[in-house]
Amino acid sequence: MRSHSVSAEGGTAAVLYVDQGDTLESHIYDTIKGSDFLADQDAVEFFVNAMPAQIYQLEHWGMPWSRTEDGRIAQRNFGGYSFPRATLAGDRVGFFEMQTLYDTSRKFDNIHFYQEWYATSLIIDNGIFAGITAIDLKSGGFHAFSAKAGIIATGGAGRLYRFATYGYSSTPDGLSLAYRAGAPVEDMEFVQFHPTGLIPSGVLITEGARGDGAILINSEGERFMKKYAPEKLDLASRDVVSRAIITEIQEGRGLHDNVADMDYVLIDLRQLGAEKIKDRLSGIREIAIKFRGIDPITEPLPIRPVCHYMMGGIRTNINAETPLTGLWSAGEAACVSINGANRLGANSTSECLVFGTQAGAGAAKYAMTKSSQEPAKELIQREEKRLFDEILHGVGGENPYDIQNEVQSIMDKYSYVYRTGERLQTGLRELRELRKRSWMHVDDTSKEYNTNFINVLELEAMFDMAEVILVGALARTESRGAHARIDYPKRNDEQWLKHTLAYYSTDGPRLDYAPVTITKYKPVERHY
Amino acid sequence: MQTQQALVPTEHVELRVFRANPAKASSSHFCSYNVPLEPGMTVLSALLYAKEKLDHSIAIRFSCRMASCGSCGMKINSLPSLACYTQVKDLPKGPITVEPLDHYPLVRDLVTDFDGFFGKHRSISPFLIRRDEKEQETLESEYRQSVHELDDYLQFAYCIKCGLCNAACPTLAADPHFIGPQALGQAYRYVADSRDEAASLRVKAIDNSHGIWRCHFAGACSFVCPKGVDPAFAIQKLRRIVFSHAQRKSAELMPRRQLKS
Repeated sequence: MRSHSVSAEGGTAAVLYVDQGDTLESHIYDTIKGSDFLADQDAVEFFVNAMPAQIYQLEHWGMPWSRTEDGRIAQRNFGGYSFPRATLAGDRVGFFEMQTLYDTSRKFDNIHFYQEWYATSLIIDNGIFAGITAIDLKSGGFHAFSAKAGIIATGGAGRLYRFATYGYSSTPDGLSLAYRAGAPVEDMEFVQFHPTGLIPSGVLITEGARGDGAILINSEGERFMKKYAPEKLDLASRDVVSRAIITEIQEGRGLHDNVADMDYVLIDLRQLGAEKIKDRLSGIREIAIKFRGIDPITEPLPIRPVCHYMMGGIRTNINAETPLTGLWSAGEAACVSINGANRLGANSTSECLVFGTQAGAGAAKYAMTKSSQEPAKELIQREEKRLFDEILHGVGGENPYDIQNEVQSIMDKYSYVYRTGERLQTGLRELRELRKRSWMHVDDTSKEYNTNFINVLELEAMFDMAEVILVGALARTESRGAHARIDYPKRNDEQWLKHTLAYYSTDGPRLDYAPVTITKYKPVERHY
Repeated sequence: MQTQQALVPTEHVELRVFRANPAKASSSHFCSYNVPLEPGMTVLSALLYAKEKLDHSIAIRFSCRMASCGSCGMKINSLPSLACYTQVKDLPKGPITVEPLDHYPLVRDLVTDFDGFFGKHRSISPFLIRRDEKEQETLESEYRQSVHELDDYLQFAYCIKCGLCNAACPTLAADPHFIGPQALGQAYRYVADSRDEAASLRVKAIDNSHGIWRCHFAGACSFVCPKGVDPAFAIQKLRRIVFSHAQRKSAELMPRRQLKS
């Protein structure tokens, strides 16, 4: 209930109004086109078909969706869509969805939450998921759980970047758990930079603002998106808009914030009028006033592209199953893949709902047929030794928080909106050198609520996934969706219409590839 | 990309941080940290500077840094506040004192135990209840709700469960079993929802000796709420509903008694 899903703002995509001209087919094609044709089309079809019922399910559980004049559920426009199908609850969609799900879970006595327990490893017995080891943060105790089935739903890894919309808890621990246990992570080089992160904090200004009529302007007051996406303008897909902003800045039409030392352009909400802003965008107005001292009713906001979403994740199929028997994954942590090389806004919370349902139902059904086994003692002892002897009582002179900041700087610098082989190579070298330094130690000696210990474990996971992103990005010698290589500016379907799979090895990620499922939508060049 | 601070900070702020670990039975004390001020610095970012650069052992709970997740509630200069939502420049000059929230068991330093809080939240059945449960799981369309009906409860649905209201509540200081403003606010949120059909169930949960009548309208809950939920207002509205339920109940009982006699 504290997860970063609470910060999703603008909408949840679903086809609700076929009578007004929306179609499932259109949501399917918009999603595939948005993905730059890297999405698995069978998964997208399943997803789009399953979504409308999810909106009604949440509504029947108490979700305060915004309403139309006739009392039906309201939707707004969003980037990359041919119909306004982002279902809204003001601009606090993720927050209300989390509250609705948490509150509804309180109906059931057999749902037990282990609040603030940190999973440190998966227990794998003969290639089958058999449980986890975990630390209870409150007491500091180390425990092993035997389990018949598991679901990883730990969200995205956006704190790999410093300028990020993500909360501090969005580190790649869940991804690293699966990766270290032998599951492949897929398409991690595709990192979404949302066009409108508020300077300097990176807090998100929802795409719903542009959906409702806000526009982007450069230092000359020009609505520059007309040059880059003549048809969709400010509502082109996120990768397109983010590249346009960086191009404007690089060509000298950005502004500069001297205090934060950041370049930016502006998002102008003024033409929406005070009433619409207060009614539909009250959350971002509150944020802009509080975190920047600007009221968007009277003044444009300074923004730049900000790390917002990982298209990649633990590889799963349509049933949300990972290649590890007994293990499921859903949400941003997983890669089904419906998002391919670029996710459309409002499809993320949708994905959580559809594939969360798949994972829950599948894991429950599987668990009913299994008996639980005591996990092997030596696995648990080995993990205990690693955690407590090697890490908690590790020694070293370097501040792990400084090292974490350096990881983020490397990612911000070398793996942002535009990339080149040379710079990715430099980033990878710097990352690997950084990893060798003596950061793996914990200064806090208390058992209870030792977040210093957890932060060091998180840093290890950050190194794992930063390396996977850089290695995958370096290998992919094309530009597709959010992965834009200046040295390979074209999409190359002949060689690269395939998913990247990264497997853990002690020498760094081992890459493999898997075909993209194409049903009936042949890849074409994208225009917005 | 450039994210370094261009200006060398010259001004500092002193953070006085409450430190204690009940498990170690050591006495509580304050530690002072001198933190260089940055423009737009929140109390949370100042605390994280202290934790990352000066003392890794400060125990603190936080996540979203945008007043949505409800994690970083603490007393800042005695007032229950969200650390991420409190700008250093908005506080009076001089040291800033941060302490754990009152009325919650202490885990360590600034971290408190919310198990009891979530238990109280659960006690009011915080979910939509329909007489026809089967229909509730039939997913072909929505329950209609007008914009006006939505407005009746929307403000109360903004609750992020940060618990500041309960920390500020003087009744909870006197009666730890008092259900508290958070749960009462949420009881009203569901009672006021036009789709819900279980007002009497929730009325029953709060109409007792540690329930709604304990509130004596200090209004501190609404004063500290970072999301404008206004639990005190919800409690006023809820009292009227509890009262009318009681009236209805006695009205229902009356004729039966007459019949029996």
